[in-house]
Amino acid sequence: MSLPGASAMTSPGSLAAPGAAPDRGVDPVLEIRGLCVDYGFGDDAAHAVADCDLTLGRGRVLGLAGESGSGKSTLAMAAIRLLRSPGVITGGEVLFHPRPASDGEPATTLDLLAAGEQELRAIRWSEIAIVLQSALNALNPVSTIGAQFDELLATHRPGLGRASRRDRAGDLLELVGMTPDRLRSYPHEMSGGMRQRAMIAMALALDPQVMILDEPTTALDVVTQREILEELMGLRDRLGFAALFITHDLSLLVEFADDIAVMYAGRLMERAPAASLFRSPRLPYTYGLLHCFPPMHGERHRMDGIPGSPPDLRDLPPGCAFHPRCQWAIPRCRQDVPKLEPLTGSHREVACWLHRDNATAPPELMRPDPAVAQPRTAAVSDTSAERAV
Amino acid sequence: MRALLRRLGVYLLAAWVAITVSFLLPRAVPGNPVAGAIARAQSSGICNSFCVKAIEEQLGFNVHTSLWVQYVQYLGNLVHGNLGFSWSENAQVTSLIVSYLPWTLGLLGVATIMSFVVGTLIGVVMAWRRGSWLDWLMPAATFFQAIPYFFLALVLVLIFGETGSLLKWFPSLYGFDIYGVDPGMNLPYIASILGHAVLPALTVILASMGGFILSMRNQMVTTMDEDFVLVARAKGLRTGKVVWYAARNALLPCVSNFSVAISIVVAGQILVEIVFNYPGIGYHLYGALGALDYTLVQGIFVVITLVVLAANLLADVVYVLIDPRARQEA
Repeated sequence: MSLPGASAMTSPGSLAAPGAAPDRGVDPVLEIRGLCVDYGFGDDAAHAVADCDLTLGRGRVLGLAGESGSGKSTLAMAAIRLLRSPGVITGGEVLFHPRPASDGEPATTLDLLAAGEQELRAIRWSEIAIVLQSALNALNPVSTIGAQFDELLATHRPGLGRASRRDRAGDLLELVGMTPDRLRSYPHEMSGGMRQRAMIAMALALDPQVMILDEPTTALDVVTQREILEELMGLRDRLGFAALFITHDLSLLVEFADDIAVMYAGRLMERAPAASLFRSPRLPYTYGLLHCFPPMHGERHRMDGIPGSPPDLRDLPPGCAFHPRCQWAIPRCRQDVPKLEPLTGSHREVACWLHRDNATAPPELMRPDPAVAQPRTAAVSDTSAERAV
Repeated sequence: MRALLRRLGVYLLAAWVAITVSFLLPRAVPGNPVAGAIARAQSSGICNSFCVKAIEEQLGFNVHTSLWVQYVQYLGNLVHGNLGFSWSENAQVTSLIVSYLPWTLGLLGVATIMSFVVGTLIGVVMAWRRGSWLDWLMPAATFFQAIPYFFLALVLVLIFGETGSLLKWFPSLYGFDIYGVDPGMNLPYIASILGHAVLPALTVILASMGGFILSMRNQMVTTMDEDFVLVARAKGLRTGKVVWYAARNALLPCVSNFSVAISIVVAGQILVEIVFNYPGIGYHLYGALGALDYTLVQGIFVVITLVVLAANLLADVVYVLIDPRARQEA
């Protein structure tokens, strides 16, 4: 499974080469190219996001996974220019492709990182909405849900009258399983689950094409978490928005995402269709993440997790940032930074020297990919993979 | 509404404690006002037992009855608005205070409201434009916050006051031109009041604004990092709206801080009035202390306490009005 000719020198642009990118044939709605984000300035700066490429297909769900501090949220927030200080975007572009106009005329692509305040404000929420982890903090505590809907609709839909704005807000609440009389409630008068539903209803208010879900269920209990997720995915099937779903819980993504991208220390390390990534991880880090969750049934076995802790972003180890924690590291991992590049013969990308050139990947990282027709059936049975199915 | 009634109960309790303390304090200090009054009376003639009795009656300081009886008598008088008789001013304390109070309340009210409003606005702008030249206002605000009121008053008199030695722009003595105008509803009198209020008000504003600026600025900086402000930006709301989201929420703790600040401002204004011979409560408190006029001192204490409590109550009412979470808290 080596890729002839691929090396660390390959430019990110080569990813768009025909037959390579997993999104080939998918109509992109949001394209992140070479995005770099630093926290702080100069030598002390932490490179929270380094040279990330990520494409979100129209109507697709892209999962973004990684440990805390791996740069998932920073990547997403930087892409929509909502980075908190002292975060600084130091490079890259983020292309947003609006939906084609009704007469078939292709809409003009907008680079969000170069866009002016006016252009940005126009597409915010109407095209790209966000749902954050804690809806208690995301809703303005001093005004009612209704008032928050109202000001949103009044800003983006100036043609609507007060009464129709209220009706629309009521409809939206019903869409997420709430009653319209909740419009009179303040955020503190509702439960965590209800607040998150209200937030989702608000995110849907302008029929956006992209939803950024930044750990939308992490603050909720598992039952509510599942309800909300199923609600969200049901809405996605009906409304057809694309979602960038950020979470540290890979098992959630397997169920709800089309594709999964794994981040480590500010870099995208692996990207594959959800089932492929879950059944047959190619990256040692992904393998480690998948083995952090105990199976619900099946025989008991040791949970190994990933030894060590995430690296200091201001002082990354040379070569692959994961090599000090990697059980299969080879000498090259200590020297060169691997690039996210396609694996031959599959719709997936990985940044790992074990899959490059003449290196031999261990059998754990070479399980047959369910998405690729295999000549022989899977020999390795994976109990941890079965529980989520 | 219930929250407000509960608050009101707390304030009534606080008022009762304050009144009790102002009853006990003059009786706890060494010496007593009756002895002082007897000594004064004897300097102009013999003070016999009738004279002593009369003085005790007048001062409400009957040393021959128990403290409890005196206390009940004192409370009874208070309910009737009778705060006793001031020997130094030769008038009822109540009517004296009624004549001082407008000066103090006018100056305090206008200066505090201006200081709070302007200071809060500056705080908002400073937080929003963090990293710009406005950051230089921070040390200035800290400086003015740390400077004592009376000292600032003296500096202002020196620079701008007619009794100072430099610019002589504004009058710096009394509440109005006591030689030039006749008190009453006439224009020269009102103009004179306004002119004479400039320096005292400026002192109170400058000295108190620093605290309001810093408190709002810091609160605002914290609030701007909240998720709902991020969401407000993500919603594509106009910048003014986003600032309002943050400011509206940052204002809440500042309003509760106001309750603490107001007592400091009142204490400061007492000194400012003394510097400017401004005819309010603070200036007369100073006079009464000098003259050992216990009844007047006691009366002024009670009134100052009530004023501070009323300002606190006002801040609480405003807080309940602007924070929905406080409205239904038990």
